[in-house]
Amino acid sequence: MSDQPAFERDLASIRNLMDRSVKFLSLSGLSGVLAGTYALGGAYYASTLLPEPGTYTAEGILQDRGLILHWLVVAVIVLVASLLTGFIMSARNAKKSGMTLWNETSRRLFVNLSVPLVAGGIFILAMVARGHYGIIAESCLLFYGLALVNASANLYDEVRWLGYSEIALGLLASVIPGHGLLFWSVGFGVLHIGYGAAMYFKYEK
Amino acid sequence: MKNPFEALDKTLEHSVRLQIMSVLVANESYDFSALRDLLGVTDGNLATHIRALEREKYIVVTKSFVDRKPHTRYKAAERGRQAFRKHLDAMAALVRMQKTNS
Repeated sequence: MSDQPAFERDLASIRNLMDRSVKFLSLSGLSGVLAGTYALGGAYYASTLLPEPGTYTAEGILQDRGLILHWLVVAVIVLVASLLTGFIMSARNAKKSGMTLWNETSRRLFVNLSVPLVAGGIFILAMVARGHYGIIAESCLLFYGLALVNASANLYDEVRWLGYSEIALGLLASVIPGHGLLFWSVGFGVLHIGYGAAMYFKYEK
Repeated sequence: MKNPFEALDKTLEHSVRLQIMSVLVANESYDFSALRDLLGVTDGNLATHIRALEREKYIVVTKSFVDRKPHTRYKAAERGRQAFRKHLDAMAALVRMQKTNS
């Protein structure tokens, strides 16, 4: 607006600059939608590996080492595909706005995300190695949620709410055992698609 | 009533300096090239204004070597934070004044 006082404009631009200096804003919302789609696809494939309905119990499945390892491979493929998509699309976003992908803010974002994720990943692998398969889904959701909350200062504010939702879902999954795959699909599939679409329409459209 | 124009900080009245201070107040520290890319200014221009802020003791400079290359990081000093806050308060007061006058 042309009649906006100069000082008011300066104050607004300072706030914007402070935000941009802290937050990594090139993260692509569309890559969230794609990551959610991969997760749903992976979860669907994982469910086809289950035996005929009615012929098994949740406890029985969790004793089936072969099936669990097969699921783990699917989960790792989904994870790598999602990271790769996020990386490529964010690099494109960064280029479009004349920024670099690897800068001061993304470096901090990387560290803040990595600490809870790496700790959680090692913890989950250690539990799997000891045969505790029943905690995989809720642990993934919990550590992922904590990582998002931890890194939300370096991202759009909405990421904090995605993090809270993942944590709530993880806690819910831990008190309602036997539905790990379902909770996992909601947390990594549905929430990502919903969040990614909202971000895309709010900031990139 | 006090004149808010007098409360404005002479050093921070220059826009590049004010921008540098806002980045350093919002972050623990920032390095030279990241600051240059974010503000979209030239090396020489940034260096000049950094020197001015350094002279006022508004910022602290730490130099180190990364892979044998010099690496310079900047932090806001407490004196700089206070000056920045006062300057923004004065700007906000001016905005309010302009609004009541019009």
